[in-house]
Amino acid sequence: MGMNITHDTIAVRVRERPTELIVGLITTLFLADLLLKLQGTTVLLFDTHILGGSIGLSELFTYVLDGLIVGIAVGLAGIGLSMTYSILNFANFAHGEYLTSGAFVGFSTAAVIAGGSGIVDRMLLQSNPGLELLSTPIALTAGLIMAAISTIGLALLLDRLVYKPMRDAEGISLLIASIGVALLVRYSIAFIWQTGRYGVTGSATKVTILNLVTLTTHELTLLVLGVMSMIGVAIMLEFTKLGTAMRAMADNESLARVSGIPVEQVTRLTWIVGGGLTGIAGYLFVLESGTIAFNFGWINLLLIFSAVILGGIGSVYGAMVGGVLIGLVDKLAQVWIPSDLTRAAVFVVLIAVLIVRPTGLFGGVKTA
Amino acid sequence: MSEAPDAPATEPVLAVDSLKKQFGGITAVEDVSFDIQPGSLTGLIGPNGAGKSTTFNCISGTLAPTSGSVHFQGAEITDAPPHVVAEHGLFRTFQIARELEEMTVLENLLLAPPDQRGESLVHAVTPGLRQRVKEQERELLERAWELLERFELDHLAREYAGSLSGGQRKLLELARALMAEPSMVLLDEPLAGVNPTLETQLLEALHELREEGYTFLLVEHDMNVIMNHCDPIIVMHQGSILTVGTADDIRSNERVIEAYLGGDQ
Amino acid sequence: MSTSDFRSRLTGLPDALYVFGLMAGLYAVFTGLTVLLNFELSGIVNTLRAITYFSAVYAMVVLALNLHWGYTGLFNLGVAGFMAVGVYTMAIVSGPTNPGPAEIPGLGMNLWVGVVAGVVMAALVGVLASLPALRLEADYLAIVTLALSEIIRLVLNSTLLQEVTVGGATFGTGGATGLTVQNNPQTPVTAFFQSGPGSALTDVAMGIGIDRPTVVEGIGYAIVLVVIVGLLFVFIRRIATSPFGRVLKAIREDQVVASALGKDTRQFKIIIFGVGCGLMGLAGILWYGSDGYINPLSFRPNITFYVFVALIIGGAGSNTGSIIGGSIFASVLFYLPQFLEQNSTPVLDGIQSVLGGSTATPQTIIDAGGALAGLDLTAFLAYCFANISSLRFIGVGLILIYLMQRRPDGLFGHRIETAASIPLTRGDTNE
Ligand SMILES: Nc1ncnc2c1ncn2[C@@H]1O[C@H](COP(=O)(O)OP(=O)(O)OP(=O)(O)O)[C@@H](O)[C@H]1O
Ligand SMILES: [Mg+2]
Repeated sequence: MGMNITHDTIAVRVRERPTELIVGLITTLFLADLLLKLQGTTVLLFDTHILGGSIGLSELFTYVLDGLIVGIAVGLAGIGLSMTYSILNFANFAHGEYLTSGAFVGFSTAAVIAGGSGIVDRMLLQSNPGLELLSTPIALTAGLIMAAISTIGLALLLDRLVYKPMRDAEGISLLIASIGVALLVRYSIAFIWQTGRYGVTGSATKVTILNLVTLTTHELTLLVLGVMSMIGVAIMLEFTKLGTAMRAMADNESLARVSGIPVEQVTRLTWIVGGGLTGIAGYLFVLESGTIAFNFGWINLLLIFSAVILGGIGSVYGAMVGGVLIGLVDKLAQVWIPSDLTRAAVFVVLIAVLIVRPTGLFGGVKTA
Repeated sequence: MSEAPDAPATEPVLAVDSLKKQFGGITAVEDVSFDIQPGSLTGLIGPNGAGKSTTFNCISGTLAPTSGSVHFQGAEITDAPPHVVAEHGLFRTFQIARELEEMTVLENLLLAPPDQRGESLVHAVTPGLRQRVKEQERELLERAWELLERFELDHLAREYAGSLSGGQRKLLELARALMAEPSMVLLDEPLAGVNPTLETQLLEALHELREEGYTFLLVEHDMNVIMNHCDPIIVMHQGSILTVGTADDIRSNERVIEAYLGGDQ
Repeated sequence: MSTSDFRSRLTGLPDALYVFGLMAGLYAVFTGLTVLLNFELSGIVNTLRAITYFSAVYAMVVLALNLHWGYTGLFNLGVAGFMAVGVYTMAIVSGPTNPGPAEIPGLGMNLWVGVVAGVVMAALVGVLASLPALRLEADYLAIVTLALSEIIRLVLNSTLLQEVTVGGATFGTGGATGLTVQNNPQTPVTAFFQSGPGSALTDVAMGIGIDRPTVVEGIGYAIVLVVIVGLLFVFIRRIATSPFGRVLKAIREDQVVASALGKDTRQFKIIIFGVGCGLMGLAGILWYGSDGYINPLSFRPNITFYVFVALIIGGAGSNTGSIIGGSIFASVLFYLPQFLEQNSTPVLDGIQSVLGGSTATPQTIIDAGGALAGLDLTAFLAYCFANISSLRFIGVGLILIYLMQRRPDGLFGHRIETAASIPLTRGDTNE
């Protein structure tokens, strides 16, 4: 229900959208509190600590940086989800498994290429191959490529076997089927690689940029590749025929069909683009965190959903912005609550967004 | 707004005043005002896209009007949610029949009556009270069978509504609304897809019911039906009311003819 | 004509027969298995007790979920969270005020007060969640409820409420370490068999070779659960076969129509959300509470999905199907793999005696593949047994996909279970 309110005074807006006002107020309150804390001021009312406190600038800076890194990873992981959500019209609960499988195949490949003894152990990641960007660049690159290719393969295979026979089914049936797919893939990975959590990287070199920020090479890779992929997708959607076709399908599938868009082909290409990006995202996720386990994609699925919904389902820019915001919430929430509850804070934000503005920040702007 | 010179002086059952509905930039309905007299079978006609269904949606609460007001039996129902409008005794059918597909035809009918005891969870599950629920259900069931016979749907009573044909769905939709014994029903093309014999029977039934005191507002594209059965007739065009009058008035009205024969003005 | 004939005869069968038939079948299969594995009588009986227990607890949750998804079309993925609210509330309210050292005290109230509080709290959380969430479409509702369930788990897991003192009373969730539930629904059953009138039964059982008192107590508890499932079934069937249930179905089919017919759909949805969540809380209490120990890890979203799969196997919308789906999932997909894993040594020995080969478990999938290539099926199976918990979910995933593609109605979902309190026959013509 996109309404075009044109000549609205602020007063009218406030009356019509009281919830947005509340959200705005709460956000302002948090920001004000943050500023006070930075200043080291405490505001007391009747001897109770209301606002402020203290927090170091460098501490805050670390939170923001961490948030950005997580955010880019989540945003990148969200693009594929957002695409399938808007174009194929269902919430893919197996999306996390695409991340996991990409990462496992990618790192197994990288571990084998990096060489050394015990190829089986390396393939199954039983011993830490100690991958590092500067010492094993070729292995890591090959792994990245395999992550993308294998995930595309998996996405196409699953589409052929599971979703294609259900093209006419309702979104909710597809959603339930995708839960089945999630179980199938996650536990197939567990059957092959077992259920341990494995370290895959060596200690990454630290680089300092402009005397300002210190990042590991792996974090830097995540940031650079993440942003590059996002720009690539944006260009593809804006300037290619495929992008136009995808936007048309997201808007109205039957209309797209009658206006001669090869719907089945676009669907396949959506899985290819989405799957490739998701494989890469999973790989970079693990590169940054250094460890891998059969359920990491599943555990992060709700975080990715939060990003996509916050940004607005179907909006690729939304997924990116949503990812960064979610990453920031996840890290910055530590300023106020115990760190074991930041994830809960993210989900509170998710619920709030769905209730206040289910179309998300970029909602209505489909797919691009 | 009735222009008929011999407009009865009774209180209108439905009064629509300056109704307006915009969808984004499109204005679907603008400055629509009319009164409906109790016990009438009023026709509402107009070319495709004239705004008839949108008017229905605004009256029945399915859509919130942008501005204007709706009164039913003296009570304001503007902006009231659909179930409140229905509680007032104003029911509607949908242009594209909306059956509750995985419910049987009988279940569809039994759903409609208001104030069912068993709609309270406590009554539904408590042993003593459930007995009274059953009593009421028995009465309703009897009426449901009568209606099904009237609409020749009795042989389908236990089938899922989803397995009905297009015409049968229309009939079920009408029967369902009547099951609630409302004071007034808004009928959005109830005859589309219904075979001629049944159509005649249906119209007869509408007249009988009208004489019993029901009020109907009927949207229909078949001019013969409108001209022969409805009085008065409201004509809409491009979101506004073109004219209101008897069949003869309408037949001789040039603007109506023009509106139907095309011509953008 | 003949198929519908057959079908009407099927529907004519009392539904209890299906359930008894299924349980009899399951008992037969598991008795056969345990006898093959040379179990003693108490082991055999205990296995049957276990499948009864798991079938009953699953049936309860599935029945509750069926009210939401099967009847009203509300896609509630928060089942785990609502169960957690129920059992944690019960544990806190009826936990002793002065427990053993290093344990978290509770509010020291009566067990039944705790149970009621747990159910009410779960219902309340459900109602509160439903107020905003029910405006959302199915897939968004799914995500919101899933997120809510995770929030609940994360809060229970956090140090924040591990142990708090409010108005002089100290209690808490125990955080990640969890909570001992000394006073739980099994306690009175145990007391009945240990010192109450049931001790005579225990003696009889001992006499015929069921030589572990815990088995007897367990059987007693399982029977209590079965009775509760029966009561729950009657309760939910009353809801289903009433004008109230009719409105729920109408909401599932088309909300716009339901409200155009004068039904305040929002109110119905809130009520049923609360009732269903309360029942989930009850199921959480009877299920996890009886373990004597609760921990946030038990309430991960996985459990919600298992319940969903069970519902879809049975057929969303059918109460009999809910019980059957719950039993099948619990016994065959949940308990059987676990049972085989626990008994993998004798099972593998048995396989080896038929097929030859080696029972040494291959360490990796590659070794297992090598064994298979070398036609050592036993070694390959040994790897499968070691990873049976993964295999079982591969199976569950495949079943779910199959059902959604070929049989979205599950086993019983196609049946017309009419929502009316009386048989809908015609008064004048006797059919
Ligand atoms: N939900 C909506 N969003 C945007 N435009 C709408 C919507 N519903 C109706 N309209 C527009 O409003 C106008 C009036 O439509 P309406 O359905 O009321 O016409 P109608 O008179 O019932 O036509 P018909 O005889 O074809 O049923 C049309 O131009 C239609 O496109
Ligand atoms: Mg219309």
